[in-house]
Amino acid sequence: MSRSETLRLKQIKANLERRAIILDGIRAFFKKEGFLEVETPLLVPQAAPEQFIAPFTVNGWFLSTSPEMHMKRLLAAGYGSVFQITHCFRKGERGQLHNPEFAMLEWYRVDADYQQIIDDTERLVQAVAGDLGPGTTISYQGQDIDLARPWPRTTVSKAFRKSADWDPVLRLDPERFDLDLVDKVMPGFSNNRPTVLMDYPAANASMARLKPGDRKVAERAEVFIGGLELANAYTELTDAAELEKRFRKVIEETGDGEGHRPMPRRFLKAMADLPACGGIALGVDRLVMLLCDAASIDEVVAFPRELA
Amino acid sequence: MSIEISEVNRNTKLLIDGVPFAVEDVNFVKPGKGRAIYRIRMRNLFDGVAKEITYHSGDRVEEVSIVAHDMQYLYEEGDHRVFMDTESYEQHPVSKDLLGNKAQFLKESMIVSAVMMGTRIIGVDLPKFVELKVVESAVSTRTDTVTAQMKAVRVETGATVNVPTFVKEGDTLKIDTRTGTYVERVTKK
Repeated sequence: MSRSETLRLKQIKANLERRAIILDGIRAFFKKEGFLEVETPLLVPQAAPEQFIAPFTVNGWFLSTSPEMHMKRLLAAGYGSVFQITHCFRKGERGQLHNPEFAMLEWYRVDADYQQIIDDTERLVQAVAGDLGPGTTISYQGQDIDLARPWPRTTVSKAFRKSADWDPVLRLDPERFDLDLVDKVMPGFSNNRPTVLMDYPAANASMARLKPGDRKVAERAEVFIGGLELANAYTELTDAAELEKRFRKVIEETGDGEGHRPMPRRFLKAMADLPACGGIALGVDRLVMLLCDAASIDEVVAFPRELA
Repeated sequence: MSIEISEVNRNTKLLIDGVPFAVEDVNFVKPGKGRAIYRIRMRNLFDGVAKEITYHSGDRVEEVSIVAHDMQYLYEEGDHRVFMDTESYEQHPVSKDLLGNKAQFLKESMIVSAVMMGTRIIGVDLPKFVELKVVESAVSTRTDTVTAQMKAVRVETGATVNVPTFVKEGDTLKIDTRTGTYVERVTKK
């Protein structure tokens, strides 16, 4: 073993030990809540059509970018509330907060909406943080963050009007949305409290249901803590025809080239039986970063891409 | 060569509007469901000025190959100095404007490092230190201050250098080419 590898792995060992406690804490939480832990394949014939998530291809198959479609097939078969900790693969995503292979915690609660899923998230993060130390306040990158629930909530509309002077819900400028989110809106969030950003413009719904009574927004929420985008929740869309329409739009936009995605037929067929549910995907590496006071994902993953 | 922005890393050199830039840092930011944002910090290889440009996923940029070649200085010809690639023996004229102040320390047969973009030389790096002979020991200049300890001398390449008063004609001096300053006397006449 090279000296530098030994040194690095020794330096991050305390973080990886905390990581193991966090994983235990997550499993204990969901077991207590009555969720079934499931496993779904990493090598898949179709990746969910998402415009800005690029899959790796392997002999005409894909490495899973998200366990969502398979977990929903289990839900459609009547498995009840399920959770999973798995790896996801997203091509080209590499930076201080990104590794192309990363750990995802995903759970679905039947008969729940995104509000209840955010409630789950608050209780989960508080419980896991509690396994590592007393109190609800953690220190991350020089800031004290109070994780006590309920977490402050805001809407995309309010947050953008406050920090970026425009309302994406009234008229969406997709080019500007992501840039302003990162440059203006996120820096406007509290340094000392988590923020739940709710009600995304309908065009950014992905697989979320549109809000009954206000179809300009989707029932989608994201959790931000300490400048980290931690999780993305939906009240799940159960309308198979609407879902196919959204997929078709993405498939047309991403084209026939290298980025081509086949329509996920088996998944769409199962959607007719998807029960009302809410779901969320939470970046496990980011949660570990937060609870280890780590600035980079490389400090909480034993073998990031360049060192794999 | 056109490449995807996702392929750019800290070793990449980019050509933007005909100007070469060395990438110094790539900051990747991406909202989970959103566009990837690449903030690329780069330095203009002509004027050394740093800047940051923001790109999005799918953007394409022009990569340029920039390599350093060892070259030998041959001779002066009009407004140019002529160098020869020590491997290919190809000769390359370089304008005095590009060489700037370094030209005054160029000595025949000196080996320099020429930075090439394609077939074009865009920069010449001299050895950090050169040894040059003093050809005139009392030079009066309008700009240099003659103090009790220092005086100006002319060296064999034509450059004027401030040196301690004990330096004489025929001495060989070690000179720092980055600052144009005297380091030490190597041999006494």
